[in-house]
Amino acid sequence: MSDAPRDPLAGLYQELILEHARRREGEGAIEPFDAERFLRNPTCGDEIRLRVRLDGDAVDALGWEGQGCSISQASASVLAEQAPGLSVAEARERIEAMRALLRSRGGVEAEEALLGDAVAFAGVARFPMRVKCAMLAWVALEEALTELDAR
Amino acid sequence: MTTTATTGLTEERVLQLRADFPILAEQPAGVPLVYLDSGATSQQPRQVLEAEWAFRTRRNAAVHRGAHTLAALATDDYEVARDRIARFVGARPTEISWAMNATDALNTVALSLAAANRAAVVDPRLRIREGDEILVTEAEHHANLLPWQRLADETGATLRWVEVDDDGVWTADAALAAITERTRVVAVAHVSNVTGLIAPVEQLVAAAHEAGALVVLDACQSVPHRPVDLHGLGVDAAAFSGHKMLGPGGIGVLYLAEALGAALPPARVGGSMITTVTMTEHEFLPAPQRFEAGTQPVSAIVGLAAAVDYLEGVGMSAIEAHEVALGERLALGTASIDGVRLVGPRPGEERAGLASVIVDGVHAHDVGQLLDAVGIAARVGHHCAQPLHRRLGVAATTRASTYLTTTEAEVDRFLDALSGVRAYFGAGR
Repeated sequence: MSDAPRDPLAGLYQELILEHARRREGEGAIEPFDAERFLRNPTCGDEIRLRVRLDGDAVDALGWEGQGCSISQASASVLAEQAPGLSVAEARERIEAMRALLRSRGGVEAEEALLGDAVAFAGVARFPMRVKCAMLAWVALEEALTELDAR
Repeated sequence: MTTTATTGLTEERVLQLRADFPILAEQPAGVPLVYLDSGATSQQPRQVLEAEWAFRTRRNAAVHRGAHTLAALATDDYEVARDRIARFVGARPTEISWAMNATDALNTVALSLAAANRAAVVDPRLRIREGDEILVTEAEHHANLLPWQRLADETGATLRWVEVDDDGVWTADAALAAITERTRVVAVAHVSNVTGLIAPVEQLVAAAHEAGALVVLDACQSVPHRPVDLHGLGVDAAAFSGHKMLGPGGIGVLYLAEALGAALPPARVGGSMITTVTMTEHEFLPAPQRFEAGTQPVSAIVGLAAAVDYLEGVGMSAIEAHEVALGERLALGTASIDGVRLVGPRPGEERAGLASVIVDGVHAHDVGQLLDAVGIAARVGHHCAQPLHRRLGVAATTRASTYLTTTEAEVDRFLDALSGVRAYFGAGR
């Protein structure tokens, strides 16, 4: 913002996040799919419909459709870029790491080796009102994997 | 709506008033606070906090029971508060009951009507049967929609609504045409919390009463901001919240016109609202006590009375004129920003002192985050009006709402920040 001494939101809206919010990697409904989750964040109206397809014990493809703020859309995009090729256990480990990072309020060092581009969301941890936005797609995947485990 | 005075508040006066509000000196985001969220909750002046403190430290006791002097003093404060609030909205004290907030008050009306219709003998004025109609608008706050959805379900009545146009505006003609001989209840917001539209209440009351229907007014966004005369308007019930009118949280007001208050059974029963109780039967006190089961938040009620004193001291007509001017400044300013769509009445048309906007290509949550970074507290979201937002084609809007402490400079700061939002997010690239 022009009238602020420096951009106080630089930590939140990293260029990588804004770029992903525009690019929307993995947007679209994949066919066929093994599990689907629809999640809604009632406080801001963000919503996502996420589908996942497995190939044996690995994520084969992930597609999502939704609307929401740039944080939620970018985080879905980053997830869709990263998830294919991961084993279910690896995907779960990454979701846990993302959750720990976002809930840390800045106190946890981002695990770049594990999270890759998702470390760009480290700044969100300082904005507690936005943590749910950043976790939305990741929780949708987590729930989809749990549903598949139960089958 | 009466607009007797067109003189608002001078800048000097507003700055003087601001000094009464400790929170306005806070810097929650590290920069001076620009508070444009009074529509959600207002801030409290020292006078309100001190009134509550004084009551709690010097007069606190259970009211309307006990024989000790302290109880008599507390009861006196409690009933004086009711008198003041009644006078403030042009009602009799017996027409004013306490509620937790406006949502609670509106629920009380709907639940009491449901109870009336479950009785063995139904008062014909309160009867709602299959094929009858309950009328709301598409712009209602959920608080003035869900209770009526449920009452319709319970009674077999049909919930009908006045549709809004692409700007979120509904017309008096459409509303009047929707009132039929089957209409039993018309429930409408006096001032929309999203669009700032002011309802033609007198016209609705005339048509509704002609049809034998009750009129329930959600006065949350009117009573705090402009002179409201409930007897003059002729509504049967009205609801408003203390925390939106400089008062404490946890206290709201239910107005029931004398005839309705006498006919309506209470939704809640228990202590403090009876004359005689046996192991199998009970008799209720008359209104307002019959709608006040249990101990009320007395210090909050005393605080609310102090808020009313404060508002009257400034002058409701002056507050109204001040906010209407700010509302017009917001409407004109937002409508002239590229890629920003103003919701509600167009600039130059009547509107209250608030404005909601849609920023093309940027989600409201992101808009709010950028505003917050420069100290502006605005509301983003669906403002508890999802059907309206669905009609507008968005999940959320950004709202700036003003009050007596809002300055022109604050509105301009909001407009300036808003005009930079799309560039920041690269919208339209």
